[in-house]
Amino acid sequence: MAVKVQIPTPMRPHTGNLPTVDVSAATAGEALRELCKLHPAMEQRLFDNGQLRRFVNIFINDEDIRYLENLDTKIKDSDDLAIIPAVAGG
Amino acid sequence: MSTSFVRGMKCRLCAKIYPVTPVNFCQDDFGPLEIDYDYDAIRAVLSKEKLEARSFNMWRYQELLPTDGEPTVGLHVGGTPLVKACRLGQALGFNNLWVKNDAVNFPTLSFKDRVVAVALSKAKEFGLTTVGCASTGNLANSVASIAASAGLKSFIFIPADLEKAKVLGTSVYGAQVIGVKGTYDEVNRLCTQVAFKYGWGFVNINLRPFYAEGSKSMGFEIAEQLGWRTPAQVVVPMAGGALIGKISKGFHELHRIGLLHDAPTTKFFGAQASGCSPISTAVKNGWDSHRPVRKPNTICKSLAIGDPADGYFAGKLIRESGGWAEDVSDDEIRDAMILLAQTEGIFAETAGGVTVAAAMKLLQQGKMDADAETVLCITGNGLKTSEAMANKVPEPVVIGTSLQEFEAIHQGHREPALA
Ligand SMILES: Cc1ncc(COP(=O)(O)O)c(C=O)c1O
Ligand SMILES: [Zn+2]
Repeated sequence: MAVKVQIPTPMRPHTGNLPTVDVSAATAGEALRELCKLHPAMEQRLFDNGQLRRFVNIFINDEDIRYLENLDTKIKDSDDLAIIPAVAGG
Repeated sequence: MSTSFVRGMKCRLCAKIYPVTPVNFCQDDFGPLEIDYDYDAIRAVLSKEKLEARSFNMWRYQELLPTDGEPTVGLHVGGTPLVKACRLGQALGFNNLWVKNDAVNFPTLSFKDRVVAVALSKAKEFGLTTVGCASTGNLANSVASIAASAGLKSFIFIPADLEKAKVLGTSVYGAQVIGVKGTYDEVNRLCTQVAFKYGWGFVNINLRPFYAEGSKSMGFEIAEQLGWRTPAQVVVPMAGGALIGKISKGFHELHRIGLLHDAPTTKFFGAQASGCSPISTAVKNGWDSHRPVRKPNTICKSLAIGDPADGYFAGKLIRESGGWAEDVSDDEIRDAMILLAQTEGIFAETAGGVTVAAAMKLLQQGKMDADAETVLCITGNGLKTSEAMANKVPEPVVIGTSLQEFEAIHQGHREPALA
């Protein structure tokens, strides 16, 4: 499945300043791994010992994957996946 | 007076230092950024005498706030009463109780004016002209009001189903108000995308490190009003979970710069509504981090944040301070609002009901000490959530203008002192 991964502005130095990165993946986790393959600097920023870091939230078409199936959440063709910093609001 | 004692911004996870810019998270691990001060330099210049000679508002603690120069907006925020609450104490069973009353904070009647005064002073320093927020209501009022007074344009995003008074009390200031069909957390996610795309100053997103510092002033004031000491117990309502942590930080900073003789040992107690209680549920279950609540359902809309940004830190503080957390039902909230009104003459919003009801519950459970000096943080005004009181208070008796009509509804009871 073709997915567009949205990169938050302050993280774009790690994706060669790309605001979105196109990958092909069947699940949210796979999409992030593909992103990290293309832009290895993202790996340690998103993951800590294979776990998504505490202050990173992942949304597929505006739905938080924690309310779906986390990194196993299935992706449909042309879905949007957004990486959103969790330190906001209140 | 030059007042900047800020050294930079520091990641709360990896301690990496960043220059002061409108950004809220670490580019290495997404961790929250926090202002880093030169406390030794502050200690050298700030004395009780110097501070006590200043006006009683939040800016008397200016050295411990992150503005570069003199603050430019929200100059009269803070300086709210700390009320000895004997009658409420008696009703609840606390023998040494105080209420910190931010229901009368200026200009918009909630503690949020404290955070906004700092965030928008900072927005002006950064040269921003458009500001905004994602809000459960009180922040909306405050950003709209203070932005108007500062001549800033504001975009305010709220869940579309907020209380009428909170919506009106935002629109009246000329803000562009956007009601989003979704939960607060959905509004917040949208705003995070908007903030970085448009570069506006969202007080609780890219300006969040500065915003959060404003809450410390509630702690500074409590300690000063008690005569430069900290209370044994504090009860704080929690939404994003920032306020509770910043009150604690405020206490510790006063000690660090030498204004408090003893190191604070305050126990922190967090209060939430049962219809949205991610933090208190995590504390009660011994979980390290909260589990987000997808669809909050409570009359206390101001605290209805299902995925609190500071949930992890709030839970940690509560546990490590020896405190606890509790959540209360909508009926308990309403009853507690009435109890506070009828014992202390303070009409607080639903979040105040949450705080009072949680304190009562924690005391009954033996989690709080009846004899220890206790401060309840009342953070918002009841006139903004009057819907919650529908059918809870009697309608007035309506009569004609004659004495007979009055006496038809009232018999006896002349003032004994004058009889
Ligand atoms: C009246 C009131 N009290 C308390 C809070 C909680 O503050 P925090 O989000 O910092 O936990 C809020 C926040 O929205 C509020 O509106
Ligand atoms: Zn970091």
